[in-house]
Amino acid sequence: MSISGDSRRPSRTLRGAIIALSLAFVGTGLGTPAHAASEEPEIAKQPWSFSGVTGHYDRAQLQRGFQVYQEVCAACHGMRLLRYRNLGEPGGPEFSADAVKAIAAAVEVPDGPNDDGEMFERPGRPADAFRSPYANDNEARAVNGGALPPDLSVMAKARSIPTHAAFAPLGWARDIIAGYQEGGPDYLHALMTGYEDAPEGTEMVEGMHYNAAFAGHQIAMPSPLSDDLVDYTDGSPKTVDQYSRDVSAYLMWAAEPKLEERKRLGLRVLIYLIILAVLLYLTKRLIWSKLEH
Amino acid sequence: MAQHESTYQPNTGVERWLDDRLPLPRLMHDQVNAFPTPRNLNYWWTYGGILTFCLAVQIITGVVLAMHYQPSAEMAFDSVEHIMRNVNWGWLMRYTHAVGASMFFVAVYIHFFRGLYYGSYKAPREVLWILGVIILLLMMATAFMGYSLVWGQMSFWAVTVITNLFSSLDSIIPGVGTAIVEWIWGGYSVTGTTLTRLFSLHYLLPFAIAGVVVLHIWALHVPGNNNPTGVSVKQNSDTIPFHPYYTTKDMFALTLFALLFAWFVFYAPNYLGHADNYIEANPLQTPPHIVPEWYFLPYYAILRAIPNKLLGVIAMFGSIAVLFLVPWLDTSRVRSARYRPLYKWFFWLFVITCLVLGYLGAKPPEGAYLTFGRIFTAYYFIHFLIIMPLLGAIETPRATPKSITEDVLDKASKGDGDAGAIAGVSGAPAAPETR
Ligand code: HEC
Ligand code: HEM
Repeated sequence: MSISGDSRRPSRTLRGAIIALSLAFVGTGLGTPAHAASEEPEIAKQPWSFSGVTGHYDRAQLQRGFQVYQEVCAACHGMRLLRYRNLGEPGGPEFSADAVKAIAAAVEVPDGPNDDGEMFERPGRPADAFRSPYANDNEARAVNGGALPPDLSVMAKARSIPTHAAFAPLGWARDIIAGYQEGGPDYLHALMTGYEDAPEGTEMVEGMHYNAAFAGHQIAMPSPLSDDLVDYTDGSPKTVDQYSRDVSAYLMWAAEPKLEERKRLGLRVLIYLIILAVLLYLTKRLIWSKLEH
Repeated sequence: MAQHESTYQPNTGVERWLDDRLPLPRLMHDQVNAFPTPRNLNYWWTYGGILTFCLAVQIITGVVLAMHYQPSAEMAFDSVEHIMRNVNWGWLMRYTHAVGASMFFVAVYIHFFRGLYYGSYKAPREVLWILGVIILLLMMATAFMGYSLVWGQMSFWAVTVITNLFSSLDSIIPGVGTAIVEWIWGGYSVTGTTLTRLFSLHYLLPFAIAGVVVLHIWALHVPGNNNPTGVSVKQNSDTIPFHPYYTTKDMFALTLFALLFAWFVFYAPNYLGHADNYIEANPLQTPPHIVPEWYFLPYYAILRAIPNKLLGVIAMFGSIAVLFLVPWLDTSRVRSARYRPLYKWFFWLFVITCLVLGYLGAKPPEGAYLTFGRIFTAYYFIHFLIIMPLLGAIETPRATPKSITEDVLDKASKGDGDAGAIAGVSGAPAAPETR
């Protein structure tokens, strides 16, 4: 015992040093990002029907969101990874088969060559990919003053909000436990509603618009939404805020069409694994009980 | 302990027939069922099984992904999305594979720290340890190449940055670095040609890993397992057969691990990834921050801590290379940190160092981040090159138990684990030690 008595003293000093060092680090860690974070706009998390373990899309919201996309955004943004049939599939907006056919038929789709070797246009079918507004990126840039409106197919997963960048103590753990995956729609909502007058003294580049949520605050896209722009038929408010929530939810579905299937299966898998873990624990205990340990 | 008598009894005619020709059932029986294993292994010893599970998961999901994936610059990104949208259960395969890579690294890092804590690298397990470090290296190469296959912005720029590191060799022999980089790229920049070769190697390396895992287990079964006391097995009562004792314990631990794994796959599949990788690769546009996956962050911090590119690369590879020397850098005659009052604390200081380096790897290399990056990079090497050899000389280890049996029965009679014996300095992992 005298051995451990002697050796305990230096280790206690060491322990003090380790704790002090960790605290010092966490201290400076908290201090430094504060100024770095000021460059990144603060974006608030929003409530979404599809967050959490039992999350699912709100069909009516997805249908409204598609309407906003179709009537507003589709003028500039394509969604090349989607097909019209997706609009009728389970776990999405679930438009009726007839509605999907009508939506597809309303666009002219390039096809060919026909028997005479000519390219032609025909009405769209549900199996067709969403038609892009421009023939190619160069045309898109030419029309938009040099800026390229990005494809929106996976946009809701290609953006996020700087949650744990600000080193909120254990913010990352909170996000894991909550299964937080809605940084994309949170950002999109902030972007759509983030147009405001540039603060005094901001030098705006020609053709750029001030947006609080956009990195660098100068975006080439003019504010796409305004109150009463889209005519909702289900009585939902015709406000920028509502439009932006609906189109963000729609874009989340477009990026993550299997979300409902995933969360439903996930719940079953978790329950199965929990039961299995309990049974295995009891088995293990029974087997080890025959042994002195 | 591997030289234990075979206890295999072929019971049927078929088994006897096979036993004379290819005694595979005998091998399995002796090396799995009956393998004598120390009776006191705690839950930190369940990660070997968990790692094997991870490798199997990556190979199974990976082979399915490869059936639908297109390794070309034009098709790669969309083909991953095609898997997510149009292939039956494709989203499950892809998310399991992506999350699985992270889980693989969670497990391997825990496994590695377990080895460091209990001195599992010390004689006679040096080869076992070295094979482990080789597996770690192969895993890193595999994961890096796999990440590139998505062909998103982070994929593309990570490949560009990391392959470009070889150009630092130009500062030794001008031209050599550039030549190597162009050879790797198959051109003058990262293109679809590069992607195709990365895919080929990403498919190949996991099978190389499987081969090294076999050697790793072989090298384990010659000296047998280490254990939390670090005291070698001395008598029959020190061991129990692997089955059913450790099969049940491993299965239970694996199920808990699978719960964590499933949580990420089903509820936070993109949490560990980076949003920028959902933007298709664009050679003309550099993302504002190029950040590697979380499991590479500590090495990335080390790379950037050093102002000279070549030395940074050397330090980064050195941080793995130094692990090969650990069996000889540790001069203590006691294996387990349980009986090493000083090493125990330096061990935790090292764990903190790795975590801090990981944090710094995600930050831009400027200001306080850079200063801390340098301090902790220096300490990373000091830990291995100075503290480890020195401790063996200046530390007075506590008395180790005479045998595993003595330790186990001692505790069982006291009924409270080893809390009484090392109260006050107990820094051991907070898992039940013997249950
Ligand atoms: C007049 C054409 C136009 C319309 C209509 C339009 N956009 Fe855009 N959008 C652009 C352009 C141009 C950009 C590129 C902006 C830049 O890079 O500065 C852009 C960029 C974006 C971005 C990417 C922002 C980022 O973080 O990089 C999103 C998201 C977006 N638009 C969503 C929408 C949505 C949703 C709608 C419909 C409500 C919409 N846009 C309508 C032209 C348009
Ligand atoms: C050691 C085992 C392995 C590791 C650590 C690993 C790691 C990875 C990683 C990190 C990715 C990127 C995931 C993403 O962000 O989407 C990936 C993708 C991929 N891997 Fe693997 N992998 C392993 C084994 C395999 C095997 C054996 C195969 C094929 C036989 C394979 C095929 C693929 C394919 C096709 C992709 C691209 C599709 C995708 O992004 O999901 N992998 N891998």
